[in-house]
Amino acid sequence: MSSAMTPEAQPITAPHTSAHLEDRARTEQMGYWLYLMSDAILFVALFATYAVLHANSAGGPEASDIFEFSRTALNSALLLTSTLVLGFSGIGFAKGNKGAGFGWLAAAFALGALFVGLEVQEFAALVAQGASPQTSGFLSAYFALVATHGLHVTVGLIWMLTYVALLLYEGPTRRVLANGNRLAAFWHMIGIVWIGIYSVVYLPGILQ
Amino acid sequence: MGRLNWDALPFYSWVAFTGALVTVGGGLLVVALILYKGWTRKLWTDWLTTVDHKKIGIMYIVLAMVMLLRGFIDALMMRAQQAIAMGNEGYLPPEHFDQIFSSHGTIMIFFMAMPFLTGLINYVMPLQIGARDVAFPFLNAVSFFMTAAGAVLMLLSLVIGVFSTAGWTGYPPYSGAQYSPGVGVDYWIWSVMISGIGTTLSGVNFVTTIMTQRAPGMRLMQMPMFVWTALCSSILMVFAFPALTVVTMMLALDRTFGFHFFTNAAGGNQMQYANLFWMWGHPEVYILILPAFGVFSEVVSVFSSKRLFGYVSMVWATMAIAVLSFTVWLHHFFTMGSSANVNAAFGIATMIIAIPTGVKVFDWLFTMYRGRIRITSPMLWTMGFMVTFGIGGMTGVLLAIPAADYVMHNTTFLVAHFHNMLVPGALFGFFAGYMYWFPKAFGFQLSEVWGKRAFWFWFTGFYCAFMPLYALGFMGMSRRMEHYDVATWQPYLIFACFGAVLVLLGIICLGIQLWVSVRDRVALADTTGDPWDGRTLEWATSSPPPEYNFAHIPDVSDLDAFYEMKQTARTAPAPYEDIHLPASSVYAPLMGVAAAIFGFAVIWWIWWLAALSLAALVALTIARNVTGEPHVTIHAAEVAKIEGART
Ligand code: HEM
Ligand SMILES: [Cu+2]
Repeated sequence: MSSAMTPEAQPITAPHTSAHLEDRARTEQMGYWLYLMSDAILFVALFATYAVLHANSAGGPEASDIFEFSRTALNSALLLTSTLVLGFSGIGFAKGNKGAGFGWLAAAFALGALFVGLEVQEFAALVAQGASPQTSGFLSAYFALVATHGLHVTVGLIWMLTYVALLLYEGPTRRVLANGNRLAAFWHMIGIVWIGIYSVVYLPGILQ
Repeated sequence: MGRLNWDALPFYSWVAFTGALVTVGGGLLVVALILYKGWTRKLWTDWLTTVDHKKIGIMYIVLAMVMLLRGFIDALMMRAQQAIAMGNEGYLPPEHFDQIFSSHGTIMIFFMAMPFLTGLINYVMPLQIGARDVAFPFLNAVSFFMTAAGAVLMLLSLVIGVFSTAGWTGYPPYSGAQYSPGVGVDYWIWSVMISGIGTTLSGVNFVTTIMTQRAPGMRLMQMPMFVWTALCSSILMVFAFPALTVVTMMLALDRTFGFHFFTNAAGGNQMQYANLFWMWGHPEVYILILPAFGVFSEVVSVFSSKRLFGYVSMVWATMAIAVLSFTVWLHHFFTMGSSANVNAAFGIATMIIAIPTGVKVFDWLFTMYRGRIRITSPMLWTMGFMVTFGIGGMTGVLLAIPAADYVMHNTTFLVAHFHNMLVPGALFGFFAGYMYWFPKAFGFQLSEVWGKRAFWFWFTGFYCAFMPLYALGFMGMSRRMEHYDVATWQPYLIFACFGAVLVLLGIICLGIQLWVSVRDRVALADTTGDPWDGRTLEWATSSPPPEYNFAHIPDVSDLDAFYEMKQTARTAPAPYEDIHLPASSVYAPLMGVAAAIFGFAVIWWIWWLAALSLAALVALTIARNVTGEPHVTIHAAEVAKIEGART
């Protein structure tokens, strides 16, 4: 079939009419939201497992022994602020203000990286005090849920770097800005999941 | 090299060793053939790097057929073992027999049925909605190679190491590290998880395609029934498969890193495994069956030369089944200690699914009623399905009564029931679709004579192989038995083995059918693009369709869009325009290779390799993301030439 044709490889996206571009944007958006929903279900399964296993500390440390209010509050503040300033960055780029765009993006990245750093430190401290995921069903479920979230944050950070690379390399084209919008949606979902973690895992544990 | 050493070679049983030789030999033979014929380049540029939904669909179906062969050999071996092993050990040692039922179940569900239906949807659905491709052609290729990576791991387990002995469901605590220390369960986990991620992505892709790529004018309620079932099945993929990903991941963490999700000690809870697994598992059976229902709907309507009866009720029934499928998972473990009221609620929910399913059966029957019926091979599979599926449905409603399930649970009655659903309800549908759409894909028809022979062997073989199992279940025979000493069972099991041999003849007929059809392809050629007097858009284009599917995106105003076009006079074609298509890409096969290596490394605890392949996977993803989606252009003159060549 294909040998009969004379295809010419072209760089990036082939010329399209604006109606095409709009259709394409709609399509990409829909596919992306579906992916986010299936990702959300992944977290639902992890939350359900935590709910089932949270009391099974098997003689090891319990939730109230290991969760600290100040640490988790700081973590929440970092991540939610990061979400907020990523929004500012989007507004900056939309207004054509590159300085603001990059500046807020850097801030969002720094806050997110700090969050991951603190979380890694928290995990290390837990393991050091004998509260490792191998200790009990409760801790297995806790680590699985929170680390999966942390992994998502890490992916988001890597994504921010590639987004910056795209912006520098290609400029704020339609394709690149759409990439940024998807990144923002991802970051928001991570924020929402964190609120879930905070209210299902940390708060009940601390208040116990 | 982690825990990989020479002991991994299959010297534990001569049967397994032979199987390994056959697997490796088959692989080498294929490679040799490709080299000998000089197909390497063609294979790489035309197939492996393609993002064309039609070629990806064909590759899925080829994969499914290969795995069907392997899965069926497993089945035949089990039937032979049980026919012999009355009061003796038979020819298979227990640890090998247990691998065989586990690999048979896993292969049939994940690597035969799933690729088959994904392939059919891939090939047909974009054509039926008048689209040039799926919404995300590259992602489509990635999904395929994830599935293929899982299948490779599955096949590899026979050659290097062992497969799981924990059944296709892998229940802990037996599947945990304490009772199943080797690599078997890890092979199961990683092949299932990697292919499952591919399936999730396919689901996203198909739903988006159906919602956004339909031809102008095609409203939702004008979509062909196969598209509707593909939609519902894909929605289930998106929402059910994450549960499988999570549950297999947790089992992997338990086994590899000593977590306690499902262990006996330290606060694990095995019920959580059963719940998560079946929250995926029950929707999964509808993922398998709904697309087949779609095929039956198309076939019944075309070969009764009538519009589908009760289209609207059919659509609603499909959606009802999809929604209800999330509400019944507990019927897989009625006996695991839920209260009587919980069991009753899930039992009733299960029985309710029979209602929309019944609606469908009546719709098909009424479509045939007073139609001008042509008994072709696709139609035979469909009618065989309707008769047989009814029996399976009735035994299903029986099992939905918790009190009865307590008696039948874990017996061969259950084995008979689910084969009674899956063989006609999924496989017959896939065969019908294969024979129905083959001329579209290759430009020539399959031999009807051999197709019908294949049907009759499968049909009678199915009854002979599985009806005895219903009786054996009542007689108290458990499933998964390696040997037994109840003499009254043996005649039934010998008869079941005879049935499996009939099925084998059916499979041989399928092979011969393909062979003679390729040989006689000139005589069987389909020059019209519409060999069956079809009613939907895929028949409006040539057979095989050009790379761009439709020179002009069709305008749709009716359910049977093509049938309507044929009734109205043709208008002169508008001038052709340049067509942009996504260019092929090397990233997808590379990602598949990286995923397979990653799975292998994790199974064998070769951590440096795991890290390396994971890094490669991430790097490929980023690289693809940054370089964007290259396109090729087919110029209007070229389109005119291709369309002009169409007679
Ligand atoms: C028509 C040919 C087939 C034959 C002769 C056959 C035979 C068997 C046999 C003998 C068993 C083991 C029963 C036992 O536990 O005692 C089995 C199990 C099973 N089969 Fe099939 N089968 C066939 C087709 C299929 C198909 C098409 C599917 C799915 C699409 C399938 C899915 C399964 C599953 C899921 C199991 C359970 C495995 C386990 O126990 O973990 N089979 N089959
Ligand atoms: Cu079920």
